[in-house]
Amino acid sequence: MSAVTALPGPIPGTTGHPEPVGSARVSPLDALRHTATLAWRTLVQVKHNPMELLDFSVQPLMFLLLFTYVFGGAISGSTGDYLTFALPGIIVQNTLFTTLNTGTGLNTDLTKGVFDRLRSLPIARSAPLAGRILADMTKQIWAIAMLLGLGYILGFRVQTGPLQALAACGLVVLFALAASWISVLVGMLVSEPEKVMIFGFTLIFPLTFVSNAFVQTTTMPGWLQAFVKVNPVTALADATRGLLVSGPVWTPAWHALLWAAGLAAVFAPLAVAAFKRRV
Amino acid sequence: MIDMTVRHEHFSPAIVAEGLVKRYGATTALAGVDLTVPAGTVFGLLGPNGAGKTTAVRVLATLIQPDAGRALVGGYDVRHDGHRVRQLVGLTGQYASVDEMLTGHENLLMIGRLLGLSRSAAKARARELLADFRLAESADRPARAYSGGMRRRLDLAASLVGRPRLLFLDEPTTGLDPRSRNEMWDVVRDLVGGHGVTVLLTTQYLEEADQLADDIAVVDHGRIIAHGSPEALKKQTGAQTLAVRPGDVTDMPLVVAAVAELAGVAPEVAGSLVSARVTDPAVLPALVRRLDDAGVPIGEITLRSSSLDEVFLALTGHPATDGPTSAKPTSPTDVTGGEPAVDDPAARIPAATRS
Repeated sequence: MSAVTALPGPIPGTTGHPEPVGSARVSPLDALRHTATLAWRTLVQVKHNPMELLDFSVQPLMFLLLFTYVFGGAISGSTGDYLTFALPGIIVQNTLFTTLNTGTGLNTDLTKGVFDRLRSLPIARSAPLAGRILADMTKQIWAIAMLLGLGYILGFRVQTGPLQALAACGLVVLFALAASWISVLVGMLVSEPEKVMIFGFTLIFPLTFVSNAFVQTTTMPGWLQAFVKVNPVTALADATRGLLVSGPVWTPAWHALLWAAGLAAVFAPLAVAAFKRRV
Repeated sequence: MIDMTVRHEHFSPAIVAEGLVKRYGATTALAGVDLTVPAGTVFGLLGPNGAGKTTAVRVLATLIQPDAGRALVGGYDVRHDGHRVRQLVGLTGQYASVDEMLTGHENLLMIGRLLGLSRSAAKARARELLADFRLAESADRPARAYSGGMRRRLDLAASLVGRPRLLFLDEPTTGLDPRSRNEMWDVVRDLVGGHGVTVLLTTQYLEEADQLADDIAVVDHGRIIAHGSPEALKKQTGAQTLAVRPGDVTDMPLVVAAVAELAGVAPEVAGSLVSARVTDPAVLPALVRRLDDAGVPIGEITLRSSSLDEVFLALTGHPATDGPTSAKPTSPTDVTGGEPAVDDPAARIPAATRS
């Protein structure tokens, strides 16, 4: 509540009528339209910035090739076996890293003054944030499709069914959506886009590698296994693996969903508050 | 302080602000700003970096909420009716806020779509504005490849997509070369004269405020320290500086005496240059006649606009100093246009050469 009470009536000297304008609020339908337009804008950026395309398409494919052919033989004895084990893990790892783009993109808009422009327009206040997240989720789905496509060429086969495969993608994207609130929060707090990346690598690198995304938990020392078992990335990788290849699904999927709900419950309000404060 | 000159009595004010206060921690960016801008006029906020000009614009454009005070824009309260205010205003910030990753056309198309235009109407409006701002040839290049002047034009075009009734221009020509600056001035004059748009602009250049504004408020440390028409302000501050250098230094005492008598103030002497602040430009021909009659050869003689520093000195007794919030560093891409910085007083057009 503002400490200053609005004065009653017009300011002395203002005798004219207000300018005729539209409604005092944005309708929900218009808010969706604004979100779609701003999502379009984020996706069109890719057209003029081939490096970004490289970032979210080629990088995961490199990881896939690297893990399969360089480490695969050593870890699993055969590249084919390892591909089957690791592809779900690589999808999870790539998805989590890609959530950082949301934070860097928002921070870039903030520091370049694009948010000032957007906020001076009569559009829904949530649209710049929602549009960015919608566009980034689209990129996530694209990257997952690329990984599954290249995986197929290299010999990976979905051993469950199309519905389970869709469920796997849905679960990963849902988890990414929850995790991207951390990215939004960081993007709102740091002074420049590069710092989002530094933060992200420091957090996500250990989280994804100290999990069973790339290797079996049983091959690690006991004290590390303790962490791996409670790591949400392990639950997500297990559930994805179960849905795409074989193995338990329900228990890890529930754990992953609980983690996602917890992350969203904690970080979404913090991120939205930081967003409102900063823009 | 000069009384406010009301020259548009028949219009209701487009902007009215009363006691605006904005603090950032211990820093007071606005310390109680009152202003009234009649519809269809240009209002200039003149002051150094950190004086609070940008903060005032951000409050009036609903980007930030004031801590105290009240402002009506187009008759709507910026605090409680922000969405309606945003339907009336366009904002062009100090640092061109275009999306560098999009082309000029896409930038304008996006804004048209956000403002509710159909795809075809948004495209037509974008093409129209790109042509008006001489950007048609670069329409399909990403804005990051634009020069500083082109970006500024695109930014202004972006704020005009919705045909705003009110336009906020935050230092519209800072960093522009003299040619781009004159173009920007022409655009502002056309918007006001031809389309009845109300403009509130901030500037660090007395020259710019003088050229464009119907009313000028001089801002220092979050307060308006002087307010009036450019003529009244110049009369108060002695807005022009007369400088003369005799062809022969032995004539110095004679020149100093002549300048002192005609300007009515004791001139400053730096080397062989004698200068004094004057309010009446007729002093220049009078001095020329006087020296000519006395047979004194003139080496150099100029009449130029006083700088903001000189105006500040006249108003406050202290030179303009940057406030606590100095300007953000210019983005590195701004130098691609190869345009000289305008802080160089030599880049300003001397008043004597103007019509």
